[in-house]
Amino acid sequence: MRLVVTAVAALALAAPALASDAHPTLNELEGEVMCPICHTTLDQSSSAAAQRIKAFIVRRIRAGDSKSEIERRLVADFGPAILAQPPKHGFDLLAWLLPIAGILAGAVAVGLAAWRWTRRREPEPALVGVGPLDPELERRLDDELRRFDE
Amino acid sequence: MGRSLKLAAQALAVAGVAGLLALLVWRVVHQNRNTVAVQIAHGKTGPAPAFSLPRLEGGGKVSLASLRGKAVVVNFWASWCAPCKREAPALERSWKQHSRQGLVVLGIDANDVSGDARRFARKLGITYPLVHAPTTIWDDWGVTGVPETFFVDRRGRLVDVHVAGPVFDGTNRGKYERGLRLALRPV
Repeated sequence: MRLVVTAVAALALAAPALASDAHPTLNELEGEVMCPICHTTLDQSSSAAAQRIKAFIVRRIRAGDSKSEIERRLVADFGPAILAQPPKHGFDLLAWLLPIAGILAGAVAVGLAAWRWTRRREPEPALVGVGPLDPELERRLDDELRRFDE
Repeated sequence: MGRSLKLAAQALAVAGVAGLLALLVWRVVHQNRNTVAVQIAHGKTGPAPAFSLPRLEGGGKVSLASLRGKAVVVNFWASWCAPCKREAPALERSWKQHSRQGLVVLGIDANDVSGDARRFARKLGITYPLVHAPTTIWDDWGVTGVPETFFVDRRGRLVDVHVAGPVFDGTNRGKYERGLRLALRPV
């Protein structure tokens, strides 16, 4: 049952991603492609270079190119820095790994803090396992209690 | 146990911050500050940086080494650049006028869609060699905008003239002619 649910969820998530690759929109690509002159994404730039790249993207969408085909053409003309997402190899791989490492380190820190916090809430060891009272002290306590009852 | 755990966590955090700082320092140190434009500004005229770039039309590559023995005008341009449209006919005239003396005008199209660049060249009837380069070539040469022009002499060495803007605008005309004269000097 769990396997079926997982498969259905994976298909539900994969379908929009595949549709986006096959039928990209300018809006979508504008946020993922850089303007090489102004070093911002295309959606934040109105420079002449950015306008030309946007026009190129529109032409390629009309020609029926997929998102990955358009990205490949842009990388061939401009180099990998045209894509806002850093490449997943070499030094740029750090941009992908460091946030994951940060999240893992944060999770470990929170886990440790929670573990320590729960340990502190256990009964104090001094109150547990108190031995028998001293006979003299016990006798005095009995006397006090009897006087209190009278 | 608690104290050692706390110390280990603190050490890990300090190591993380130190690592990030080291990365920042590495990146700053490895930034290319020795660009052609900077060298020329400091009066250094060493060998021009080698490159081999695909022709915009017709296939094949053009390398700077293959032009040794010729004076080379290295002109950076792009099809979206309005002043480049004004400049290209002037460069075409210059190339035709001096080609017998061994001048080559080499147009480097960068930060541009290559299809747009081809249309631009056909429309303006450019016949001097044109190549297409990835964005990084701007960093190597220290180009900050287009058009920009550099000169390489017959020995493959930089000439200490750098023209920012169209070569025939205002004072750039004098700079261009000086660069041309120095590049064309016989070896």
